[in-house]
Amino acid sequence: MSALDKAPLVIVGAGPGGYAAAFKAADLGLEVTIVEPELNPGGVCLHRGCIPSKAFLHAAKVIREAETSDEMGVTFAAPTLDIDKMRAWKDGIVEALTSGLGGKVEKKKIRHVRGRARFTGPKSLHIDLVDGGETTLEFDQAILATGSRPTLPPFVTSLSERVIDSTGALDPKRIPESLLVIGGGYIGLELGSVYAALGTKITVVEMLPQIMTGADRDLVSQVKRRLDKQFEAILTNTKVLGLEERPDGVAVTMEDKKGEQSSQVFDQVLVSVGRRPNVDGIGLEEAGIELEDGFVKVDALRRTTAAGVFAIGDVTGQPMLAHKATHEGNVAAEVAAGKTAAFEPRGIPAVCFTDPEVAWVGLTETEAREKKIEIKTAKIPWRSIGRTLTLGRDDGMTKIIIDPTNDRVLGVGLAGPGAGELISEAALAIEMAARWQDLALTIHPHPTLSESIMEAAEMFFA
Amino acid sequence: MKQEIRVPEVSDGVVKGIVIGVSVAVGDRVEVDQTLLEMETDKAVVAVPSPFTGTISAILVEDGQEVDIGQVIMEGEPEDGTQAAAPPSVQAAPAAAEAPAPTPAAVAVAAPAAKPTAGGALPPPRTRVTPPGEVAPASPIVRRFARELGVDIHAVAGTGPGGRISEQDVREFVKGVMAGATPTAAVSRPLPDFAKWGAVERQPLSQVRKITAEAMAYAWATAPRVTQDDKADITEIEAYRKNFNASAAPEAKLTMTAILVRVVAETLREFPQLNSSLDLAAGELILKQYIHIGVAVDTPGGLLVPVLRDADKKGVATLASELNTTAAKTRERRISPADMEGGTFTISNLGGIGGTGFTPIVYAPQVAILGVSRAEMEPVWQGTDFAPRLRMPLSLSYDHRVVDGADGARFLRRICEALEQPDELVMEDPS
Repeated sequence: MSALDKAPLVIVGAGPGGYAAAFKAADLGLEVTIVEPELNPGGVCLHRGCIPSKAFLHAAKVIREAETSDEMGVTFAAPTLDIDKMRAWKDGIVEALTSGLGGKVEKKKIRHVRGRARFTGPKSLHIDLVDGGETTLEFDQAILATGSRPTLPPFVTSLSERVIDSTGALDPKRIPESLLVIGGGYIGLELGSVYAALGTKITVVEMLPQIMTGADRDLVSQVKRRLDKQFEAILTNTKVLGLEERPDGVAVTMEDKKGEQSSQVFDQVLVSVGRRPNVDGIGLEEAGIELEDGFVKVDALRRTTAAGVFAIGDVTGQPMLAHKATHEGNVAAEVAAGKTAAFEPRGIPAVCFTDPEVAWVGLTETEAREKKIEIKTAKIPWRSIGRTLTLGRDDGMTKIIIDPTNDRVLGVGLAGPGAGELISEAALAIEMAARWQDLALTIHPHPTLSESIMEAAEMFFA
Repeated sequence: MKQEIRVPEVSDGVVKGIVIGVSVAVGDRVEVDQTLLEMETDKAVVAVPSPFTGTISAILVEDGQEVDIGQVIMEGEPEDGTQAAAPPSVQAAPAAAEAPAPTPAAVAVAAPAAKPTAGGALPPPRTRVTPPGEVAPASPIVRRFARELGVDIHAVAGTGPGGRISEQDVREFVKGVMAGATPTAAVSRPLPDFAKWGAVERQPLSQVRKITAEAMAYAWATAPRVTQDDKADITEIEAYRKNFNASAAPEAKLTMTAILVRVVAETLREFPQLNSSLDLAAGELILKQYIHIGVAVDTPGGLLVPVLRDADKKGVATLASELNTTAAKTRERRISPADMEGGTFTISNLGGIGGTGFTPIVYAPQVAILGVSRAEMEPVWQGTDFAPRLRMPLSLSYDHRVVDGADGARFLRRICEALEQPDELVMEDPS
């Protein structure tokens, strides 16, 4: 077993956090090594997360729009679905993006070691190479970016053709007749929407009283109204007690909040109860990297408790979002290069790409209530915005949350088609410490959905 | 008695809406006008308020349900006499809905759980302008600029709309710190209206008071002060002093302050760092090659500090007569500003008034001051028995940036020892 040349900076994991850190560090003149088993960077986000799911959601959107265009006087025949072709189309997108990143790795002269690394000491890694060998690597500085993976509840012992997680759902070989989505978070709802459009009967089961926990109820209600029509059922306050795979499907036993049990058979079951950080089996103890609440403990500079070792992305805590990881990656790379930087966002936008999309940034009304923060809100339904109706829609809502003492925008919540694209204006407003007047006095183009932000802000004049 | 709650009139032309959020649960106690649910209509999102204070006994609608104006949405049990006078109506208010009743007393916002520090965070701000738990209103690039300069953005006062912090504000903050000004917003904190609690009279500040206030505030903000206490046995020297004064002319009378000036001046030659000033910006200590002792004099117009020049080159006799003349001039306000400049060390003797000790404030940019309290006859253990000894409490305050604790203690001990050896007191001017 021969050791690799010592690395001034090694990055373990090349997802959106890891590759951002690698590129930034290389741009700042550091000699960078990445350790990543995949051929190309991209992580879960590009290979089996954000990007593939958005491709399928777009296909779903086309199907839905064709279905509802009848009232505009445009009638299509029922679509013919070729799941293999759809999958290949998705694979093409993933390939285009990840190989583009791979090209950037080469161009920036970043050393890519294909393998899985674990710490063997404060300054050393052991690497199991993808091609079968193993090696060691000494480093001066390291950035830990190993991401997260889907959590499996205790009643799921293993995945199969019928019992799948998000990875399986994003690589479909067939369209199931029926699908039980366990977990009403954004992943389950997005994937449920996709399969519903493809013709699958969807049932969602959620333990908590509300789907999409974390988002304000008024925003969620916008989605729920539509999903209620697309899905067979959304069962809140309901627990799954057990699964049993049978030749004809998966028999699922559930218990509602009154304690009544029922059993139902589904063609497939999608487990989407959350994600957990990849902090096990990577030698954190050997390196002296401490955990806190299951995540790697880091400071504002993204430094761990081990000198010279940074951590970024899903391993450092919630929210587990690619764009948070990317930002952290940039911070860690800059600090590693001796620059002054810190992770201190005023808001991290969250987007749920259901139809309608739900997006929010900064303070939510729910959080304000929990923490007893005094706020003032303005809400405006999108049906009062011209652009909404021209899109053949009547749903959507914009909500602005301000600090009544100084008029500063603390949070914005959006629900409606394209909400994910609109939230960036709100994120900028919050980062810039804008007041509602800034939003109200900025000319927004007509007719667009973005006018809803201006108009909601104008309501504070009253 | 059970009461139905209906969807109120919203505004002209609105006949229905969609429930977008039920804010209460069955069994909840609600206040009159508390929001029960929010409803989206063609025109606005409106809150439906409770018509009474009481308990909700049934909720007949759920999120996403379409409801008509006048439809029964909940049932409740009002408490007696709490029903709103008029039938419930919602102001056709697309206007901002208030946040769900925050308890004013509980607005102490929980700080968003700060990430753990593995030892790299900035030191806590000297004076936090932004309230704890709130983020400083500054754009990302301004925050980065502050971080690069080592400025805690929370300590910077913003001059923009709503207190927004600009890059210029950060520059001004740094300039202020470099110029030695205190970057405190707290200095100008508004005063309460004292007249609320009783009659008050406002008096203009005298010039002396203004200067004193400024000098003390500056000293307090810049010099981290330590006060070292000790006691000197002055039994012998006091006897000598009394004996000397018995035959001395009034203007030549020997005071304890004059003796202290002499002793301090002598000791300062041994401890030059107590006769210095700090130039932090230049990274230098300025050691003065002269010893000018300021003596605090209580005058009807306020505290004045005339300076006795080259005290180390003068004997006690000269210092005593100089001090007597100067003090008299000072009390009569006939002293010139030039006579109060250039001091390198200050003595403040309150022994004539009383007290057992105090903590003088260093007269910055000097680095040390000696406070003197009233001498008392005390029983002192002499090995076999107690003897009555006259002991004088001395309090040395020094700027801890310049003087270490051990040196401060040694300096003061040396002064005590000198006072205990009257034979060594230099009466005549040293040649």
